[in-house]
Amino acid sequence: MSKKTTCVLAFLLVASVLLAACAPAAATTAPVAQGPVTVRILLMQQAGPTPDENNAIAAEFNKLNPDIQVVIDYVAYDALHDKIVTSMSANPPTYDAFLMDDGWYGEFQKAGYLLDVTDRITQVMKDGVFKSAWGVTTVGDKLYGLPYFLDTKYFFYNEELLKQAGFNEPPKTWEEMMNMAKVIKEKGIAEYPVVWSWAQREAAICDWVVLLTGNGGSMMDANGQPAFNNDKGVETLTWMVQSIDDGLSNPSSVTNIEDNVVSVMQQGKAVFALNWIYMENAVGFNETDSKVIGKIKIALMPVFASAAAAGLESTSINGSMGMSIAAQSQHPDETWAFIAYLASEDVMNRYSANLLPFWETSFTGDKLAALEALAPVNAVTVPAFLMQFPYAVTRPHLPYYQEASLALQLALQEALTHVKTPQQALDEAAAKWVELGK
Amino acid sequence: MSTTPRHLQLSLRQRDARTALLFVAPAVIIILLVTLQPILTTLYLSFFESQLGRFSVNVFRGLGNYIDMLKSAVFWSTIRRTLHFTLFSVGLELVLGIAVAQLIASHPPGWKFLRTSLIIPWAVPTIVTGMMWGWIYNADYGALNGLLSQLGLIKEYVPWLIRPTRAMNLAILADVWHTVPFVALILQAALATLPQEMEEAAAVDGANAWQRFWLIRIPLLRPAIMVAMVIRTVEAFRVFDIIYVMTGGGPAFGTVTISYLTYLETFKYGHIGNGSALSFLISIFSFALALIYIRLLYRQEDSH
Repeated sequence: MSKKTTCVLAFLLVASVLLAACAPAAATTAPVAQGPVTVRILLMQQAGPTPDENNAIAAEFNKLNPDIQVVIDYVAYDALHDKIVTSMSANPPTYDAFLMDDGWYGEFQKAGYLLDVTDRITQVMKDGVFKSAWGVTTVGDKLYGLPYFLDTKYFFYNEELLKQAGFNEPPKTWEEMMNMAKVIKEKGIAEYPVVWSWAQREAAICDWVVLLTGNGGSMMDANGQPAFNNDKGVETLTWMVQSIDDGLSNPSSVTNIEDNVVSVMQQGKAVFALNWIYMENAVGFNETDSKVIGKIKIALMPVFASAAAAGLESTSINGSMGMSIAAQSQHPDETWAFIAYLASEDVMNRYSANLLPFWETSFTGDKLAALEALAPVNAVTVPAFLMQFPYAVTRPHLPYYQEASLALQLALQEALTHVKTPQQALDEAAAKWVELGK
Repeated sequence: MSTTPRHLQLSLRQRDARTALLFVAPAVIIILLVTLQPILTTLYLSFFESQLGRFSVNVFRGLGNYIDMLKSAVFWSTIRRTLHFTLFSVGLELVLGIAVAQLIASHPPGWKFLRTSLIIPWAVPTIVTGMMWGWIYNADYGALNGLLSQLGLIKEYVPWLIRPTRAMNLAILADVWHTVPFVALILQAALATLPQEMEEAAAVDGANAWQRFWLIRIPLLRPAIMVAMVIRTVEAFRVFDIIYVMTGGGPAFGTVTISYLTYLETFKYGHIGNGSALSFLISIFSFALALIYIRLLYRQEDSH
């Protein structure tokens, strides 16, 4: 065989191997016996159940269902939206199901990413789950996910440091808290008594909703137009800016997310903070990292004095999330089987250290005592959840929420860094919301 | 004896080249598909109003997306910030890179260890660099505050990243730490090949160390400096991951660079058309910057 023939044959061989690797799988007309169905799930590794807990749940499910294999990937909250978007660009999508934030349901439903699961909700779920939870994953009159991740922000305080400053009870209003903070600072107990998560991320919007609604304000008015730039909004943002200028709120709040708040509280460097329920485990039961074991308590979220006088007891942010199935998932039934298992009352109770069950039935009668006894942290978090969650306020379900939220984040940051006045910053954000809504 | 006309017979070299082409063709085809297809698709989408989602209908806009971006105040403020990042980052890398290269070239004790360990910052992934420097700059438990406080240089911890301009400058420092080794190693390799005779002759004629460095060594290093600057300028202009991890574009959008804006438009806002147009605008700007450097280089060479 000549050298030329050998070369040509070698080229054809290499080309055919490479092209075969690129060729799509051939369709078959007859069913072929296959191995387990792989279901890929995207979850969050931040402010909620740990990967160890979720992996343990997946391992249990895989053992009970040998024909289904669940594989879980984790990203931080701030990467979750983008990860879902890029995964939905593929067909079939990379993930069969994903955890998603309450605020994204409008956007993703409009984009056609979500499977309608209205008919998959069982009567047991309808009867047993908190009624207010369903609003998280509802768009129009359809359900697009299981709202199993219920959470709200809580008001944490360091009881020991508060008592050192001469106060025996936590504050009921924000003004009272700042007065206490002044005394704490003057006595040298904490340099910055209050720490927040006001970074240019969704975390800032969560704190903003707590404070705005606690001042009697709201994000939107009855006509669906932005209302956060009215007197109440400007007053609230001015208060936030002043608290940093006065040295009472930690200036790092401007770049903090919730995990940073946890670190500061764990070190005993702050007396007051807002955070999701997962902080209780981190500050109260993590003996490796926390220097304040047994010192942190949860109280009802304060409000501003004028709102309290008008009858507002408390408020908080509804930071709930739902498990949704990709509309083009090739294994919707198997995926739903896992979601139903993950969110089942038994599993949620057993793994309740960082996320409480969304089953109202778990919080009644004998089940309540059993839930509190399941993990040491539950004795604290269960009463706190029952106390605070009824006041949780949902963010607007807008199809353009991401862009709107970033506009408002920018406004908060511009005011906090003195680039613009609170009125100016909020007015520009409101104008952007109106433009997006057209 | 061959019957092919003599003028059509391939030389041995041409036959070898054709065989070589056949062998690399499969790999080249795959690479072109992987790189060209996304580029062409992005170019196509840049002429449409296109939103994320399965039911999105692409509406043809011609150059509308490009014009909208070029008329946008946000775009130009982002370009200004990006140029600030690029100029200061590349400038500092050049100065420090030359200094480090000179140090290695002078062969101090342990210079081989220095040259080897220099690669460590360059080897650390940019994402890790951003995370690490974010922790170093942390207001409450950062190493920078700890160090300055223990040295008595600050009385209380400084929240380094809460001021937009300062946050950008600190991101530049993090990037410089990461990429000085790259510049230093290119220049050190070039220094090692420079002829010593000119400097020795200059020394004999009475030139001092600074004069020999500035008037002889730097001009001889110009080609290597240009290579390093072109590569670093294009990379710095497209900076994304260090900003994403360290500051998330904040505070108050003060660290949003053009690549970050492209990411926001595409993945956060879902404006695929705008994002695609921005991608090509970045390429045009990067190409223009590279062209300026190359023209300068050839003009200098021509004048010699």
